[in-house]
Amino acid sequence: MSPVLATTSLRKRFGGITATDDVSLDVAAHEVHALIGPNGAGKSTLIGQLAGTLRPDGGTILCNGLDVTHMPAHKRVAHGLARSYQITSTFRGLTVLDNLVLAVQATAGSSFRFWRPASAEASLYDRAREVAALVDLSAREDVLVDHLSHGEERQLEVGLALASRPRVLLLDEPMAGMGKEESARMLHLIERLRSSTTVLLVEHDMAAVFRLADRITVLVYGRVIASGKPDEIRRDREVREAYLGAAAS
Amino acid sequence: MKLGATWWFGIVAVVLLVLLPPIASFTQQEFYIGVATRVLAYAIAVSSLNLVLGHGGMLSLAQGSLLGAGAYTTAILTVEATKDVTFLPGATSAWITWPAAMLVGALLGLAIASISLRTRAIFFLMITLAFNQMLYYLFFSMKVYGGDDGLGMAARSDLLPGLALENDTVFFYVALALFAIFTFVQHRLVHSRFGRVLEGIRINEPRMQALGFDTYRYKLVCFAIGGAGSGLAGALLANKNLFVSPGLLDWLQSGTLLVMTILGGVGQLWGGLLGAAAYLVIEELLSAYTQRWQIGLGVALIAVTLYAPRGLGALFVPRRP
Repeated sequence: MSPVLATTSLRKRFGGITATDDVSLDVAAHEVHALIGPNGAGKSTLIGQLAGTLRPDGGTILCNGLDVTHMPAHKRVAHGLARSYQITSTFRGLTVLDNLVLAVQATAGSSFRFWRPASAEASLYDRAREVAALVDLSAREDVLVDHLSHGEERQLEVGLALASRPRVLLLDEPMAGMGKEESARMLHLIERLRSSTTVLLVEHDMAAVFRLADRITVLVYGRVIASGKPDEIRRDREVREAYLGAAAS
Repeated sequence: MKLGATWWFGIVAVVLLVLLPPIASFTQQEFYIGVATRVLAYAIAVSSLNLVLGHGGMLSLAQGSLLGAGAYTTAILTVEATKDVTFLPGATSAWITWPAAMLVGALLGLAIASISLRTRAIFFLMITLAFNQMLYYLFFSMKVYGGDDGLGMAARSDLLPGLALENDTVFFYVALALFAIFTFVQHRLVHSRFGRVLEGIRINEPRMQALGFDTYRYKLVCFAIGGAGSGLAGALLANKNLFVSPGLLDWLQSGTLLVMTILGGVGQLWGGLLGAAAYLVIEELLSAYTQRWQIGLGVALIAVTLYAPRGLGALFVPRRP
């Protein structure tokens, strides 16, 4: 089966530092593909290039067979690519529902409509409520995001990315800063997404990664040092030395 | 309903404005009809800037030049209509000169924004200022149209037969009608899909791009709409004064519009009217006593930023829960 997301020899340098060094990566349809590595391994840089906010210096990115290497971020969404942020990035001052309505609007027809109130478009709100339910925020729809707990805001963060019904979802550390209970909830959420979308997951919580991932790619100093099934990664000596240490034993 | 207070304020304000000319005539203070017309013209300009700044999040110093360009468009068309030999087809009908002013404002806005929007924050501010001054010197050096002496108009535009704009009261009501229409359009725009997108961009532009919005295009269109509004305000001012000069395009004019916006309330529906009214009434009242009336303005500006940081317009709107 051809991969839904693939990079070949992707390269990105910041001055003297090679943040992405000849990275070739395949993400197959409907898998949860985890991207792990120590801090500074270039995981977020890679996500940035896949999402289109960073320009690679070389190599290509294919999304559903289409070369998107030089496509601006906003256009990639129309081709089924969506991302969430490591540092929560929501719309402050708006309610959870209005946040999601904005996200839905992005892919539900043209927004160059100047006259009709957006609040009269039931279809936008229906879909937004659907997404709210998907990320367990139905009870919090009318709450301003400023008043959400950290865990809830992380759920909204994923919800914003889900609104466009992406075929590939890039999740950048969805569990960052979460407590045990919140992490467990996020884990179930990602588990549920498996049936509808492909997930590329960057995460530091190794327990979660090994439970969720179908395949794992390990990045160290911008290079892929290993890629394979969780069991293979767990046994890989180089990975254990570079990164996993005691966590995998 | 959140809109309640906003609507009531609007209804009361419009009723008071409708009653203003008869009261002014009765008390023999007709002079204030002219002042109020100026307030309405500026209110449209400030509302336009508010669309750009308050909703689009773009701090622009080019708004004065767009207003001035609209004023010049109207004046030039009117002057050309009275000449025997012209290189521009002139017009005296308001149905041509006013939309032309809006079109010029929109196109100039589009041109300025298409380049300025490639920069951000302080650079955006500076580049819009640069464009403002380019337009200022353009009109300053156009000797055919008066250069730095300015350009007089022989008469106000023709709107409808039997509706003589030369009559200050009639002209006031026309300005009031235009202001009311403009405010209604602004209200619809802000709550439309487009308005929601602008709000999203103002709050968090990178996220909007990640969601799939081509934010550049939305900001461009917003700037053009603001330009059209400024152009219309310029057309009204030209008609009001029967005179235009490069001073209308001076960057101080852009600054004045910005001060009015802050007084009235950034992003407030009635901020345009309140800001323009507060500024011009302070100017009108204090300049009778002293040339240094701007000291009073400064005090008002400090008071508003300290005690009503969301502007005078916000005083009539309940805070969101």
